[in-house]
Amino acid sequence: MPTAPSDRAAQDQATIAVRGLWKIFGPAETKIAGSRLLELSNAEFRQKTGSTIAVRDVSFDVRPGEVFVVMGLSGSGKSTLVRCLTRLIEPTLGQVLLDGEDIRAANQDRLRELRRRRFAMVFQNFGLLPHRRVIDNVAFGLEIRGEEKAARHARAREVLDLVGLTAHLDSYPDQLSGGQQQRVGLARALAGDPEVMFFDEPFSALDPLIRRDMQNEVIRLHDEVGKTMVFITHDLSEALKLGDHIVIMRDGEIVQTGSPEELVGAPADDYVADFVRDVAKSNILTLRWIMRDAAPGDELDGPEFPAATVIRNAVHTAAATEKPIKVMDDGRLVGVVDRRQILSAIAGPDETAA
Amino acid sequence: MTAATAALRPVRAISRRTLAIGLAVAFAALWLIFHGQGTLPHEENAAAFRIFNDFRDWVSDNRLSNPVLVVLVGVTRAAIAALADTSLLVLHGIGWPGAVLLATAAGLAVGGWRFGLLAATGFLSFGILGLWDPSIDTIAMTFASVLLSLLIGIPLGILAGRNDRAKAIINPVLDLMQIMPSFAYLAPMTLFFLIGAPSATIATMIYAIPASIRITALGIRGVPATTIEAAESLGSTGRQMLLKVQLPLARRMLALAVNQTIMFALGMVVVTALIDGPGLGKDIIKALSHSDVGEAFDAGLAIVIIAIVLDRLTEQAANRADSRRAALAGPRPIDRRIVLGVAGAGILMSIVSLVAVDLSEFPSTIAFSFAGPVNTIVDWVRLNLYFVTNPIKDAFSYGLLNPLEGMLTTAPWLLVAVAIGAFSALVGSWRTALTSAVCLGFIAALGLWEHGMQTLAASLVATALTLLIGATFGIAAARNDAVSAVMRPFLDAAQTMPSFVYLIPALALFAPTRFTAILAAVIYAVPPVIRLVEAGVRAVPATVIEAGISAGANPRQLLWKVQLPMARRSLLLAANQGIVMVLAMVVVGGLVGAGALGYDVVAGFAQHEDFGKGFAAGIAIVLLGVMLDRVTQGAGGQSSSTVSRAG
Repeated sequence: MPTAPSDRAAQDQATIAVRGLWKIFGPAETKIAGSRLLELSNAEFRQKTGSTIAVRDVSFDVRPGEVFVVMGLSGSGKSTLVRCLTRLIEPTLGQVLLDGEDIRAANQDRLRELRRRRFAMVFQNFGLLPHRRVIDNVAFGLEIRGEEKAARHARAREVLDLVGLTAHLDSYPDQLSGGQQQRVGLARALAGDPEVMFFDEPFSALDPLIRRDMQNEVIRLHDEVGKTMVFITHDLSEALKLGDHIVIMRDGEIVQTGSPEELVGAPADDYVADFVRDVAKSNILTLRWIMRDAAPGDELDGPEFPAATVIRNAVHTAAATEKPIKVMDDGRLVGVVDRRQILSAIAGPDETAA
Repeated sequence: MTAATAALRPVRAISRRTLAIGLAVAFAALWLIFHGQGTLPHEENAAAFRIFNDFRDWVSDNRLSNPVLVVLVGVTRAAIAALADTSLLVLHGIGWPGAVLLATAAGLAVGGWRFGLLAATGFLSFGILGLWDPSIDTIAMTFASVLLSLLIGIPLGILAGRNDRAKAIINPVLDLMQIMPSFAYLAPMTLFFLIGAPSATIATMIYAIPASIRITALGIRGVPATTIEAAESLGSTGRQMLLKVQLPLARRMLALAVNQTIMFALGMVVVTALIDGPGLGKDIIKALSHSDVGEAFDAGLAIVIIAIVLDRLTEQAANRADSRRAALAGPRPIDRRIVLGVAGAGILMSIVSLVAVDLSEFPSTIAFSFAGPVNTIVDWVRLNLYFVTNPIKDAFSYGLLNPLEGMLTTAPWLLVAVAIGAFSALVGSWRTALTSAVCLGFIAALGLWEHGMQTLAASLVATALTLLIGATFGIAAARNDAVSAVMRPFLDAAQTMPSFVYLIPALALFAPTRFTAILAAVIYAVPPVIRLVEAGVRAVPATVIEAGISAGANPRQLLWKVQLPMARRSLLLAANQGIVMVLAMVVVGGLVGAGALGYDVVAGFAQHEDFGKGFAAGIAIVLLGVMLDRVTQGAGGQSSSTVSRAG
């Protein structure tokens, strides 16, 4: 089951809080509020109304400074969802709160102000302006909000330096490679110093190697500038690599919300389990997931590891000792792990046994 | 279920064809029984003609007293007259040295030496042909109309590009404007705006403005959605979106809109000679009226030169607009100082001509005319190739045109209307049939049934010929790169020429007859048909062709079983395009002996008492155009207006 948003919201004020968000495309959109039609399945709904439910009753919190990943296959509604958050697509029902302010209640001026100062978005197909040089592309958002040319160029140089494109200030987008173009997109989003950055499958159009570079770039930037990021992807390994929290969507609904560890260790249903089947669990899960209770015969003078240690990092130690590893939490012994658990975590489920 | 539908489909297809044949047979049988009865022979004084004449008289009596007419018509006419007169005055006033130098500077600026040379020789040739004044008239009229078209068209295009509701309102109007043969709305122009330059400017604007609206809208809509979304996500206002994103990205299309608007306007400016619009068209009409091919040739050549110079220069400007790095666009641009020098000299000479010495007369000492040699050739051809041209003409006239015309005019008019309606329903839907029935009903009510049927017969024969020739060459070009390469320059040239020019070679071969008009229509309509057929056949994906070849199809099977069926849409579009162009030209053919509706329109401009008939004939032409467009569209599910056409 999805973690109830209220649990985490209680910990601190969410940067973005989404409550009961719906998006319906088609003629039924305008007359649907409170209707019993909303209880129908997607297929029935489409048959009855000729309209499509793209996002269905979605709620979650994005906490300050975290990387929040929305993952799903094409058609799962994830791109629609992220556009609803900035009202590039108008949501049908529900609330989107930015630091407590309801974005859906904002008028056009206020919305524009929010887009200019508080959000920025990076797009899958970059969305650069081919008739402008790189520096003017990056400065575009600043120009839109009325900043002086000298000031906006200075800021554009700063962020271009940050993404490593200083050498290409005066190039035009079509002179750059795909990866470089997306760095321009990234710089453009960073230039306005937004509070939240949205990424809509930003690296899907790139080659695998370039994609890995760009993912590392995002991790580095996140460490350096510490923005709150909402990241849309269809790539599970990307989600696990970048996400502090991950939401998995299917058919417009959230299937599971959790940390990478929770998704891999405790998939909510067969759909998620199927997704994470081929993930190298030892890279994601911590010792907490595989430990067993200490049995009477265990020698408890072996090596100690905190419970939050990723399995992989305990492998060498486990290989070097015959004794079980003691798993500690707050200085207390919470369980033990020996080679058997570690090896089977590395090997994954035994498919030949079935 | 699927097996049943699959089994049903061929049966339905066959029954449709059988129905068409059955319809033709039934029509022929009924014609045999009833011909000569229930016909609507032409009447010189039909009620509709009198109504239009009376209306014309009312308008001329009240032009200066009725407040609505004074405000709407008088003020508009005065404003347009000011624009046209200024344009004429300035372009004549700057004198020939100034005009030649400025044109050269424009050529140099957009495309270097080659284009500078093109502009210079082009402009000088007007003078050398002894046609400086009418050529400048034509250019000035084109300029005024284009300015007006763009001033109104670009904002409307932006609106239609940004707003779906505006598009839904504007598009059907443009569709109608584009199937209207240019001839047809000259009469309403003269009714309100009298004859002369202002009327001609407005008529030209009406003809040219759809191009500027459509292409601008297309450019705005062509801006990638991601780019729009990105700009929106950064908080752009609607105005910022337009000025900083949409217009800059649509720059090339805007330049193309200017180019196309100029080409349409030029084609129409020539035609407006019929309502006393100044320019080369007058020289052509004068020459055509006494069948002087040589004289018409000089004027036609001047028009073609204007068309080529304006087209190439604006096209090159559009190519440059496409690229920020101008060096990449075609020929290397030359030193700015040279351009500025030539332009400066042009301005200097213009000022000299305007304030000191009048240089608007091109010196007659250097002059050359093709009239003599051309007429010699024409006489020789008519004398010596008579044994070739005459049988062709007779074969068409007696074998095809006369029987068809005879059937359509001597059958009971209701029978014809019902048969055409049934045929429309067969290729389209009941709505197509309704459109046809309404159009035919109005033609009958206008008192122009017989002339309408004659024009329809000529159009059908010309269309059949056009499609036959166009498809043959189009398929040949699609299957053979060498053929395509040889034809391309001819097609390019053909599509920049205004419609009038096509009358000249037809007239040279056949003297003024109905067949001359049909031939001119065929020459006019064939190039775009070839283009569409070639494009359609070439657009068949290579993988499908490959699959066909690997299945062992020979080239013939490949053509008939793969390429043509897959190119069906383009072929139908070609038919639609061909028929609309043919109709426009068959009407222009009124000038070279086509008779029927085209002649009625021409007569309406010439004779005071024939105004009502000409006006009615204009409406009848539009009705025929709408009907033919809908019927071919019904078959293809495509509009003629999706492809821009020149001239």
